[in-house]
Amino acid sequence: MKTKIGEWKSGIKNGIPIAMGYFAVSFTFGILAKQAGLNPFEAVLMSVTNLTSAGQFAGLTLIASAAAIVEIAVTQLIINSRYFLMSFALSQKIDPNTPVFHRLIMAYGITDEVFGVSIAVPGKLSPYYAYGLMSVAVPGWALGTLFGVISGNILPPRMISALSIALFGMLLAVIIPPAKGNKILTGLIVISMVLSLVFAELQILQSISSGVKIIILTILIAGIAAVVFPVKEHTHEYE
Amino acid sequence: MNMNNAIFYILVMAVVTYLIRVLPLTIIRKEIKNVFIRSFLYYVPYVTLAVMVFPAILDATASPWSALVGFIVAILFAYRGASLVSVALLASFSVFVVELFLY
Repeated sequence: MKTKIGEWKSGIKNGIPIAMGYFAVSFTFGILAKQAGLNPFEAVLMSVTNLTSAGQFAGLTLIASAAAIVEIAVTQLIINSRYFLMSFALSQKIDPNTPVFHRLIMAYGITDEVFGVSIAVPGKLSPYYAYGLMSVAVPGWALGTLFGVISGNILPPRMISALSIALFGMLLAVIIPPAKGNKILTGLIVISMVLSLVFAELQILQSISSGVKIIILTILIAGIAAVVFPVKEHTHEYE
Repeated sequence: MNMNNAIFYILVMAVVTYLIRVLPLTIIRKEIKNVFIRSFLYYVPYVTLAVMVFPAILDATASPWSALVGFIVAILFAYRGASLVSVALLASFSVFVVELFLY
């Protein structure tokens, strides 16, 4: 049984690779945030309060296009709904007697990577281990954003063009490995991209904002997939 | 960009995102039995991220051709199991190299 400090330290150790990755990705986010018209304070505020790559990325697009506030809220709800399942899985991973204030703080740090490392811990998850992960991952995410916004001014256009694809590369690295050898996920990803292209190219549908497009296609495709290919086993991997 | 307006957007995003993260962990103690809801939530990230990536990725760089190469490079290395950071950097590097030849 580790002490609270011991758990916290091993969390920091395993959080360092996450922080390095976050720095690289949020650097690009900072550049995009600047392009979307946010100042350094707003960009870092978004990173610190939201702590989510895909949601922030979509949020930039919606803010830049002055979307309705309901649209931005619903888009975050749709894009980040995966955290709901992760949070649920973590609720089974921590001690049932964990006080509410620990649950409130841990919830803030649930990202894809923090969740992945947390759920891989043998036995029950200590809140202090999660705090260790968060105490390096969050500064990595915030500092990368700050440097991205500031250096977006001074980097040559060639460099900005190259870095602008980094976040897309990261998103692909999130969805493709689990789809390897999985015909359902592979098919879903291909269908999603094709329909997304159709929405972007068809003139009738071009008046629909990207946020609404994401919502419609997600509910449609994931909804049909859930009916046709119900998942019965996947929660076992969290155990 | 109206500053207060942007901050308002950011805070709404933060509240919605935090509520998603905090509600199951604090309230739901029993396993969700409904297979449809569980399956739907399982598929959501794949569909949402795929829709967000393509075709938007083709407009991300200075040229659709460099973006297309970056897209293919990212898919190949992600498929081979490269880390998030590696895939992001290799896609960037390939775009950089292609644009050296284009311009």
